[in-house]
Amino acid sequence: MCATAIAADSTGLTDIVAPLEHLRVLEAESIQILREVVAEFERPVMLYSIGKDSSVLLRLAQKAFHPGPIPFPLLHVDTTYKFREMIEFRDWYAAEVGVRLIVHTNTDAIDAGAQPFALGTQRCCGLLKTKALLDALAAERFDAAFGGARRDEERSRAKERVFSLRDAHGQWDPKRQRPEPWNLLNSRLGPGQSVRVFPLSNWTELDVWQYIDAEQIPIVPLYFAKEREVLVRGNTLTVVEHPFVPVLPDERLERVRCRMRSLGCSPCTGAIRSDADTVPRIIAELIATRQSERQLRVIDHDQDSSMELKKREGYF
Amino acid sequence: MAAGGLLRICTAGSVDDGKSTLIGRLLYDSRGVYEDQVHSVREASRHRGAGPIDFSLFTDGLKAEREQGITIDVAYRYFATAKRKFILADTPGHEQYTRNMATGASTADVAILLVDARNGVRPQSRRHAEIARLLGISEFVLAINKMDLVDFDREVSDAIVADFGALLNGAHTHVVPISALHGDNVIGPSDRMPWYGGPGLLGYLEELEINRDPAEGAFRYPVQLVLRPSDGFRGYAGRILSGSINAGDAVTIWPSGRTTVVNRIVTRDRDLDTARAPMSVVLTLEDHIDLSRGDMITVGAPQLGRRLDAEIVWMDERALDPARLYLLKHTTRTVTAELDCALTLNQIGSVGVTTSQPLIFDPYADNRATGSFLLIDPDSNFTAGAGMITRGADAYGASPVRRDAAERLAALARAASSDEAAIDAVRATLAELLR
Repeated sequence: MCATAIAADSTGLTDIVAPLEHLRVLEAESIQILREVVAEFERPVMLYSIGKDSSVLLRLAQKAFHPGPIPFPLLHVDTTYKFREMIEFRDWYAAEVGVRLIVHTNTDAIDAGAQPFALGTQRCCGLLKTKALLDALAAERFDAAFGGARRDEERSRAKERVFSLRDAHGQWDPKRQRPEPWNLLNSRLGPGQSVRVFPLSNWTELDVWQYIDAEQIPIVPLYFAKEREVLVRGNTLTVVEHPFVPVLPDERLERVRCRMRSLGCSPCTGAIRSDADTVPRIIAELIATRQSERQLRVIDHDQDSSMELKKREGYF
Repeated sequence: MAAGGLLRICTAGSVDDGKSTLIGRLLYDSRGVYEDQVHSVREASRHRGAGPIDFSLFTDGLKAEREQGITIDVAYRYFATAKRKFILADTPGHEQYTRNMATGASTADVAILLVDARNGVRPQSRRHAEIARLLGISEFVLAINKMDLVDFDREVSDAIVADFGALLNGAHTHVVPISALHGDNVIGPSDRMPWYGGPGLLGYLEELEINRDPAEGAFRYPVQLVLRPSDGFRGYAGRILSGSINAGDAVTIWPSGRTTVVNRIVTRDRDLDTARAPMSVVLTLEDHIDLSRGDMITVGAPQLGRRLDAEIVWMDERALDPARLYLLKHTTRTVTAELDCALTLNQIGSVGVTTSQPLIFDPYADNRATGSFLLIDPDSNFTAGAGMITRGADAYGASPVRRDAAERLAALARAASSDEAAIDAVRATLAELLR
């Protein structure tokens, strides 16, 4: 049955995954959403996290408005703890695409010494991600913010709408969500309200990778396996880029062939042991794997229902 | 659509019929969930004393739902097999959340109706089946669950099938007796029900052919955006809701009724000779016509009118008030609308609708995309209703009114015996048309 049909198989990849025709349907749906927002909102912006989903979103935006330019800026909320390679990629790719990039950091919190080991991940995310995001959106009065979140990522996201209404404080009320029948989107806002828009709602992690492969979309090299110097602690591999990451006396850095399955802040994002150094190999690995992509993200597990709580507070 | 490709499913059933358990089982057995999710669900199941693994925890995503052990909002789930990709809308069984059931059904190709073998068809199951039919679903799977609790007895299953037959009259229904909890007939066939003899539920869905290919309908293309990046270029961005189009085809622009020719079909990858639903493209036209968002490009005439009859599902706690005006969003056009009867939350009714500007539409039965609309409360901005157009209700049918009217006026004028008679006839007809 399908369980065996999807089993890892290094040969004949096209035989063991669903046909690619569905990617064109997802693409068309996402483009429709992007255009609808530009038509109906005054000040849209795209939240750019530098990850693979952001890369796909950016490609879809290029397609939606071709032959015109992308008619909104990108916003990167920089915690200053992102991987160095992410920042290099961000600056190169924004210039390559020719889109305006806004970078916002909660400098007050950074100056006061905010970092995950001092504050705990919840409070650190709250200051450097959620608060920084809300401040940046308010500063330029953005009324619609695209995000690359997908419903398959996490179980509270499965109930998220394409247009996710936020109140004046950027917060989400899961019990007062607007129904979204058909592909008709209600873009009416009350005073102070805004929407987070998720054009990739119906994409899965596998869809994203297959699309990256089909479209040859550039992604951050951290996704590809190579030998990296990491701190090995149990099953967790951490790339140490900041002096505050505690290394215990009996621990040392090891060279391990590994890659990132999702990208976040370097102290809170673990690498996986992997030999997948090309997109097709990543897809093959993904089909074989039984671990979900957010498993290595410390922040989702810091509390029961933690993603739902973060979203209620204004996280995207 | 031939078998293969994307299949959109919605599920329906009463509370406690085991819907979340079935979906959890489908995801688990088809590897739509990962090991760490299984681990956290296993931990939570143990915590709640729900046995080794409570499959419903894969889908009940919100904290309140897990606490109350119920599903309160529509959740979307994704899984794929070697044959196709599935998008599944898991919709709640509680009557007060009928609006979510309608939402889930609105985009679905097939509905899985789940009933508890011990209880048979209950009023809520009937209501959900009716909603799914109303929303245009013609493919059903009747899944008779908890067969393990009735000793896998064929007679129990047969009695439920007989009861349901009348309800789904006119729709195609496949019946599968299952045990979601134990996995019987969910993925593959179960040896505990040899009398059944059919494929498992997932096996059936993998092979199911849906006879509704939007690309085969009449060409309908609402303009989303006008793109004018440079002086020479003027393109109309949109999504093909139905039908297909070739460069060089003659098209009609609505509401003006003017005709022109498609010059180019532009995409970032390359210009296309042919494009079909559900693609998003950019069209350029031979003639410089004033065309903006909310207008529609078609082949073959849609209906056009300000008055129509519709089935409306009311989705807001604040009741439909015929004394108020609502916003109506249809394709890419938003107008104000008056409605002629009252409805309360989760009620469904036939309502007469009058709009401030004409809509360019087809009946919902012919075209889901051009036959559907949202109603928005202008005070709260909440999506208060979902509408499906039954028919146009303008004085002369809602056929392409303008062109017909012009022809009719011309015919009246020609037939009149004097100039005065012609003026009177035209004036009377105009008054009637503009009423």
